[in-house]
Amino acid sequence: MAGSGRGRGRAAFTFDIEAIGFTKGAALPDVVCKPPPPFPSTDNKPVPLKTGEDEDYMLALKQDLRGTMKKMPYFLAVEEDREGLFDYSCKSSLIRIKAIFCTDWRRLPREMKPKKKTKKAGAKPKKAKSSEPKSNLDVLKKIEEIALSQELEKKDDEEEKSEDEKDKTKDKEGEDDEEAEEPEEYDEEEHEEENDYISSYFEDGDDFGAGSDDNMDEATY
Amino acid sequence: MTQAEIKLCSLLLQEHFGEIVEKIGTYLIRTGTQPLRMIISDTGLLLDQVKKALCVLIQHNLVTYQLQKRGFVEYEAQCKRVLRILRYPRYIYTAKTLYNDTGELIVEELLLNGKMTMSAVVRKVADRLTETMEDGKTMDYADVSNTFVRLADTHFVQRCPLVPETPESPDAPPPPAPTLVINEKDMYVVPRLNLVGKGKRRRSCDEEENGEHKAKKQKQDGESSEPPPDDGIYWQVNIDRFHQHFRDQGIVSAVANRMDQIFRSLPAGYNIVKQVLDQYLTLLADDPLEFVGKSGDSGGGMYTVNLHKALASLATATLESIVEERFGSRCARIFRLLLRKKHLEQKQVEDFAMIPAKEAKDMLYKMLSENFVSLQEIPKTPDHAPSRTFYLYTVNVLSSARMLLHRCYKSVANLMERRQYETKENKRLLEKSQRVEAILASMQATGAEDAQLQEIEEMITAPERQQLETLKRNVNKIDASENQVDETIFVLESFIESTVKKP
Repeated sequence: MAGSGRGRGRAAFTFDIEAIGFTKGAALPDVVCKPPPPFPSTDNKPVPLKTGEDEDYMLALKQDLRGTMKKMPYFLAVEEDREGLFDYSCKSSLIRIKAIFCTDWRRLPREMKPKKKTKKAGAKPKKAKSSEPKSNLDVLKKIEEIALSQELEKKDDEEEKSEDEKDKTKDKEGEDDEEAEEPEEYDEEEHEEENDYISSYFEDGDDFGAGSDDNMDEATY
Repeated sequence: MTQAEIKLCSLLLQEHFGEIVEKIGTYLIRTGTQPLRMIISDTGLLLDQVKKALCVLIQHNLVTYQLQKRGFVEYEAQCKRVLRILRYPRYIYTAKTLYNDTGELIVEELLLNGKMTMSAVVRKVADRLTETMEDGKTMDYADVSNTFVRLADTHFVQRCPLVPETPESPDAPPPPAPTLVINEKDMYVVPRLNLVGKGKRRRSCDEEENGEHKAKKQKQDGESSEPPPDDGIYWQVNIDRFHQHFRDQGIVSAVANRMDQIFRSLPAGYNIVKQVLDQYLTLLADDPLEFVGKSGDSGGGMYTVNLHKALASLATATLESIVEERFGSRCARIFRLLLRKKHLEQKQVEDFAMIPAKEAKDMLYKMLSENFVSLQEIPKTPDHAPSRTFYLYTVNVLSSARMLLHRCYKSVANLMERRQYETKENKRLLEKSQRVEAILASMQATGAEDAQLQEIEEMITAPERQQLETLKRNVNKIDASENQVDETIFVLESFIESTVKKP
């Protein structure tokens, strides 16, 4: 009601504008219609950094630490990681002896340990460290190749995952029936290729819907 | 976890552990607790890559696992702990100031490796110290052990939770994951070790290296293919203890600054120590900072340090300083005014701060838009009509601190990205200069002439040298900035934590 007495087309506020400091009739600041610029100009320049012995030493420490960590066995770079071989022995050249990353398996969940498949039909004399995981990976690779040529990549992961699960459950039960596993896996594989259903979808009640968080890359508050 | 924190964690993991660990760490931080198969399926990485990365993360206390009732294991990332990687240089430097080079190296080794047994730490540190000593001199294990014990006694290093030693019945299968436990009393108990020996110097010829390779392998096995006497007892850095130290340092230096002011206003000529002490304490207790409180008069009065108030003061001082540097001294005046008077109307701000209306308004709105200042509505009538409502400006210290902390995380992330960009842009040049240095070093070792050395040096042209200089200066500046923003992060985090913690 109070606003309508001002005349047509004129903006009127429901509150007393003087309460926040604008005098009547004064020009209001521009309306903001877009987000602020990513690099706004600063009238006040920042204070210069602290300098001194302490700061210099800490700077040197920081840079050294960064360099050292890149050389540690904990640093897993994508190029070096040759298809997931466990590099737990000092395989690198003799010129640069890397420290050994010995994990104390007693402290870790059992599923972390690389699977030890000592008996393999037609096992060739392989290099000591890569015998166990490699055999498993050969199989995985073959399966991947088969699957890739026919299905989408997403399905690969599902299958690999379900295979790994099968492997793990067998591991937990402590069965030694490794050779029986192989043809079983192939069977699974052939079965799954025939239909479009994701067989692992309803295995465990609790992870239903966990995969639907794919679009959660947006801001979370 | 805010986006800024996640981004910063991601950058820190990538820089210190590589892309695979970064991918898995970021996934766990974003989605919370997950079992192994979910991690594999959602990240799309290979099983072995995921396992290896999880081992690394668990080793460094960045991820914990828990055995669920249904029999599977779930992994959880500790986002706050990842952010602490930024503070590693400060921890190491503090250890240096308190326990000299030996302490510094012990803490550094523990941070680099996450967890280690005491015997492994002592051996490694003795070797490193021996490297730096003159020819013929070696570092004794006993000295390193002593420093280690002192670090444990003052709680700067602590024992990791242990695998329980329950004798399991042979019928029952072992659990999928151990449940690690630690008794409060045992956390700082140093095992009785008889570490005898001296540090070994690393030799440079190949033949020695082969021998040393074997020796090193033996070392890992325990020097006689026996497990070391403290097998299974791992130690880690006690980050909270370092934080306590930083906090105490901060408070002491703040009070020291204050004392200078007070000292100048004290009348001269007091020789008796007790009286001076009394005076100082009274002054401190009456000081508006309220760091020290006096409770009761029995036995001359009991003085306590009010930690929460101290942290709040430090945080507020930081806020004031930021407002001053960002917006100018007049804004700072308004800010301090609002802090003191809590709530003020527009008109009152102008009057008290003695600033013309137009400017005051402008400044208030600038601070409001950046969330340093907020508006509090106080309705006069039950219908909350805007024309009959008071609008008061106020500063909410806690929420401003949170906002600023978030901004700090973003700043550090920006700094890191810029630093990585600068390094990447000049990658070719950096690699060239490293090669040249390597050539120079090998040539100098084999005794080349000066002319030859100069020729090699000239492979890098003058403008390239200039470029390298600029790069180095920029990277140093950015690194130093990251360190100093972390100091602000610490002050704000300590304050926020002190408001959240239950007494």
